[in-house]
Amino acid sequence: MFRTELAVVGAGPAGLSAALAASECGVDTLIVDNGSTPGGQLVKQTHKFFGSKAEHAGTRGIHIARLLAGELQRSPQVEYWSESTALGYYEDQVLLVEREGRAHAVHCDALVVATGAAERHMVFPGNDLPGVYGAGAVQTLMNVHGVKPGERVLIVGAGNIGLIVSYQLLQAGVRVAAVVEASRYIGGYAVHASKLRRLSVPILTSHTVKEAHGHEQVERATVWQIDETFTGVPGTEIEFEVDVICLAVGLSPVTDLLCQIGCKMKYVPELGGYVPIRNENMQTTRSEVFVAGDASGVEEGSSAMLTGRLAGYAAAAYLGKCPDFQNKRAECQRALDALRAGPSGQKVRAGLSVVVSMEAGTC
Amino acid sequence: MSSDAIICRCEDVLLSDIRRLLDSGLTTFDEVKKFSRCGMGPCQGRTCRSLVLAEIARHRGIRVQDLEPGRFRPPGKSIPISAFLEGGEEQ
Repeated sequence: MFRTELAVVGAGPAGLSAALAASECGVDTLIVDNGSTPGGQLVKQTHKFFGSKAEHAGTRGIHIARLLAGELQRSPQVEYWSESTALGYYEDQVLLVEREGRAHAVHCDALVVATGAAERHMVFPGNDLPGVYGAGAVQTLMNVHGVKPGERVLIVGAGNIGLIVSYQLLQAGVRVAAVVEASRYIGGYAVHASKLRRLSVPILTSHTVKEAHGHEQVERATVWQIDETFTGVPGTEIEFEVDVICLAVGLSPVTDLLCQIGCKMKYVPELGGYVPIRNENMQTTRSEVFVAGDASGVEEGSSAMLTGRLAGYAAAAYLGKCPDFQNKRAECQRALDALRAGPSGQKVRAGLSVVVSMEAGTC
Repeated sequence: MSSDAIICRCEDVLLSDIRRLLDSGLTTFDEVKKFSRCGMGPCQGRTCRSLVLAEIARHRGIRVQDLEPGRFRPPGKSIPISAFLEGGEEQ
């Protein structure tokens, strides 16, 4: 059996930061990730990050992935398994990992779950036609593989992801017919929305997809207005000739591993779905299991790096290897508070207030 | 919704299938899963679970947060049985 002090599941911004923080404290760490290169969602994020300089503000996501991967390589205490999937975790602290077609048992003294988030899907007739994509898939095609997803796109969702992907599509020479948004307001930053409006892309609030039409693939989309109860209003239908419908309707934390472990979970709409109850050190109700990044509640890349670092230090402290933990914790917390400050962090703050609890273990 | 739509892409389960099962008296995700195979394909419910839970909540007139999300068991994804037969390296 493979033995490690700390196992980290996921090599996105949270998992990489957790592994780097723990190894900085001298903890032997194994990081397991199902991708072929480290970085998680960062590898498709060609836009520059906001936030603070310490979390690489002003740097593009793809470059942050390379920076973190470079640090990982220079860290002799971190072993990294790519194209490996954590399949389950058992009572005797054994993580089951599929790697190169074989099941491997990994014994760990502590575990950080940084499994990220999955895109939400929508229910409408024609939602299984080729050409209906999640925004993440569109970004993977364009930004990782250099493939145009189509010629003319309808974007569903005017949060930051929908707005950023719209702009990236325009940059790639793809036409964006419109952005539709179910809520009455544009959820993303005004700076992104303004860019699209200047390029005369209509953004229709209180609208959603009614139906996708086509034979072999999407050829047309029907959009309609919705009322306060999110019910479609007959007679308001608009048709768009598009070959791609790109869904950017939010993310849900990927927490199946945490559920399977038996960590106490709670459904928190503000954080995107089921998330584990944890203390302020990202420690779950199972004392050796920590959580980081979007798996602990959907935020964004900068906070994922910070909760990852916090979870990494906390796991090291749990293993008795982080004597300066209180200072390191305070530093991470200060940066997180700054990121979550203001009106844009209001939703996350509300979500965290019900899920961060002393019910979870104490380091 | 008048026309039908896919809920579970892996197992080709339709919205009308889910509604028929709920009308027949099922009340939880695990029950719907056992009757329809919804969530038992390659993605293990990562796409359809939230859609099914929303439909169950609507049908029962309660909030999604008041539902049980259903059980999660390893392995977390479909893998060939040979992965276990050959086993990992022993130490």
